Amino acid sequence: MRAALLVAGTALAAVVSAAPTQAQDVAITNGRLVIGDGSGPLGNGTVLIRAGKVIAAGPAVVIPPGVKTIDAEGKWVTPGLVVAVTDLGLVDVGAVEDSNDSDADKSPFSAALDVSAAINPDDLPIQVSRAGGVTRAAVAPIGTSSIFGGQGAIIDLGADPNAVTVPRAFQYVELGETGARRAGGSRAATYAVLFNALTEARELTLAPAGPRRDDVLLTRRDAAALGAVVSGKQPLYVHVERASDIRMVLSLQRDFPLLKLIIVGAAEGWMVAGELARSGVPVLATPLTDLPNSFEQLGATQSNVGRMKAAGVKVSLGAFGDQPRYAPQYAGNLVGLAKVPGASGLSWGQAFAAISSGPAEALGMGDRFGSLRPGRAGDVVIWDGDPLEVSSGVVRVLIDGIEQPLGNHQTRLRERYSKPGEGALPKAYEW
Amino acid sequence: MASRLARGAALALVLVAVCGGAGHAKDKKDESPAVKAARDFDTNPYPSTYRAYPGGPTALIGATVYDGLGGRIERGTVLIADGKVMALGGPDLAVPDGFTRIDAAGKFVTPGIIDIHSHLGVYPSPGVEANSDGNEATAPTTPEVWAEHSVWPQDPGFSRAMANGGITSLEILPGSANLMGGRSVVLKNVYSRTVQGMKFPGAPYGLKMACGENPKRVYGSKGRIPSTRMGNFAVDRATWIKAKEYRAKREAGKLETRDLGMETLAGVLDGSILVQNHCYRADEMALVLDMAKEFGYHVSAFHHAIEAYKIGDLLKASDTCAAIWSDWWGFKMEAYDAIPENAGLLYKAGACVVIHSDDENGIQRLNQEAAKAQGDARRVGVEIADAEVIRWLTINPAKALGIDKQTGSLEAGKMGDVVLWNGNPLSVYSRPEKVWVDGALMFDSANRKRRAVSDFELGQPGEGDVK
Repeated sequence: MRAALLVAGTALAAVVSAAPTQAQDVAITNGRLVIGDGSGPLGNGTVLIRAGKVIAAGPAVVIPPGVKTIDAEGKWVTPGLVVAVTDLGLVDVGAVEDSNDSDADKSPFSAALDVSAAINPDDLPIQVSRAGGVTRAAVAPIGTSSIFGGQGAIIDLGADPNAVTVPRAFQYVELGETGARRAGGSRAATYAVLFNALTEARELTLAPAGPRRDDVLLTRRDAAALGAVVSGKQPLYVHVERASDIRMVLSLQRDFPLLKLIIVGAAEGWMVAGELARSGVPVLATPLTDLPNSFEQLGATQSNVGRMKAAGVKVSLGAFGDQPRYAPQYAGNLVGLAKVPGASGLSWGQAFAAISSGPAEALGMGDRFGSLRPGRAGDVVIWDGDPLEVSSGVVRVLIDGIEQPLGNHQTRLRERYSKPGEGALPKAYEW
Repeated sequence: MASRLARGAALALVLVAVCGGAGHAKDKKDESPAVKAARDFDTNPYPSTYRAYPGGPTALIGATVYDGLGGRIERGTVLIADGKVMALGGPDLAVPDGFTRIDAAGKFVTPGIIDIHSHLGVYPSPGVEANSDGNEATAPTTPEVWAEHSVWPQDPGFSRAMANGGITSLEILPGSANLMGGRSVVLKNVYSRTVQGMKFPGAPYGLKMACGENPKRVYGSKGRIPSTRMGNFAVDRATWIKAKEYRAKREAGKLETRDLGMETLAGVLDGSILVQNHCYRADEMALVLDMAKEFGYHVSAFHHAIEAYKIGDLLKASDTCAAIWSDWWGFKMEAYDAIPENAGLLYKAGACVVIHSDDENGIQRLNQEAAKAQGDARRVGVEIADAEVIRWLTINPAKALGIDKQTGSLEAGKMGDVVLWNGNPLSVYSRPEKVWVDGALMFDSANRKRRAVSDFELGQPGEGDVK
């Protein structure tokens, strides 16, 4: 009982200290270092962080006097994971509608919706993902009554009130089967809606204060939001799976040359890998999809990412079901695939980059976070083994150089039920 | 222990039923033809036509072997002949003449992996409405439906489960919309033109039951009972009361009309049909265990069992397995208390752990799910040997399905269901290299033609591709 109380006390302290103070100077020494830029693991190395940013990471880093050190004790030290397609911060429990802000299918607005207003930095999925080594995310609105989901935000997963790093970081549009359903029932309807919306947006950017045509379909707010997309100021996430849909998306740039496209999903991306590579459009692929679950992914194969990578596509990993903390497992599978005859996978370094610097670069944030190269945010994870291996776990997490609490509802339950049965008092008194 | 004996008896009954094709053996000369028809019917009207495919005698030599029972042999040899496991041993085991020798040094061998919870075939790919055959969600209890009548044997998912997951046997269940969703069926993971050609010979049927959110949501939204958890139990209990009456009437020779649903429930009360109960919360599982006592049946396994770690002692005492994911969490209210240490804490409590998928993607990676649970257990001080973890995917699900005499371990005389892995199966980097079912090589990563392609995929993009 005493031990249980002590454990509980420690956890409480962790929760209380959850509001971090200020960006620190810290050096993490004696780690098996992963930079996250596509290179493989280095030997023993040090990461030096000052004012929350990486100054240097490598085998021969000199630690200035007075800098606090964390001894990684030979464990793996990596940049924090970046998950670029998620609903983190928008949902407590998916199936509890009142707690779920990922979808706004009854809103009169679509493209204008701004998820940064809805993000809750205290929500449990953020805490659990943080404990799984995820430090940055791009939160995507997935549904409205329109093909446009609204404007996503880039967040950090730090235990502080300031989750949003970049609000209105991208717009999200559903094409393919889902888009067709929302646009009126067919892909032809989808593209009509899309072309019209981008055209109305362009007209509004040319005459922001002037009167609009009398046959506009978009609200002024929605059209104004899409102005940032047509002018290339805001990237456009486009969810498509089918090869022909990917080709269609790539052709959008003929009519709207400033569009900054980011393709999400791309189950049949390998079938158009050459075109994707030539376009330079980044792809956030859903990894390991290998079943013809719909008629828009008949060609799905786990080798999709490996083949795209080999063809020169800027591909990294996107959605991981509802659990961003699965990212390393998915990446690890792609490494395993490289051993299977006839299959295409990734090297270890490529696979880790596909869940760190890759998605950061797709978001245009590669100089801000996603790797341990100098100047990036001091987001560091210490693992008790190979981070891509399923049996490994997270030991410590730093975001902007600040050590993060890893306790949450799950760890508290684990502590309570590590001792079976009830004691002198009910379990409810063990905390 | 009593319940374990009861279960053994139940199995014996199943075998009698399957072979003899008769419900009960009472012989009364003065009974009416109707009574006879309601009692002496064919209990196996859609019999398995599965036959093992040809396979030559094969020796896997030099592998690390997990036998599925907790044993581990270094530089082991596994002999497969006549569709069976012939012998298992160390480097000193002699390989008889005429065996194809496969150098498995540096590789790993396990029994064929078993998924106790799959909807392949009933919710197949493509997941279009026309193929959606897993929930007869038109009444809260539908024990009269049989999953085998929904299984589409051309589901491309079966091939992925074998190629990536090493799955050789799997239970296909109805969904969880209903309190009593219908009969499940155990399949060998071998394509056939018919579901009968996939049915695991001699496997008992299961009854899919469900507690919690799903039934009360589905029927509550239709404005009918159950709309609450207490409604769930009321409907279950009322149905069990009817089943007991039905069974008593049948035993007394007074039953004159067959009832498909009641026959399934009577089969549960007889012990010949095994209850597979979808249930998340600890408090509900505890209530279900009491309901099982109230009506005299045994729950073979709780499926999903998110909160099983809270009641490991109760599950151990009732000899009920917890068939779980490693770390699915938070997607619905009754999954809010999921913890990744569920398996580890259950193991520590001495309860039976099974790792299941309930998912056409997860079934391809049950080995990885087990490894995650092992790692999460280790981090809270519960060390579980690799060979023990393999039990969660092999002999434990075989027991909970009542097929452990035939498969689930590498014991001489058992079905030659074997996976050769290209590395430690508890590593994310490992995949099946070859898979045998009843001694026949049904997947070979080095041979494109030993990769099953379902009818649906012929002529489609990626036909015969690596998947």
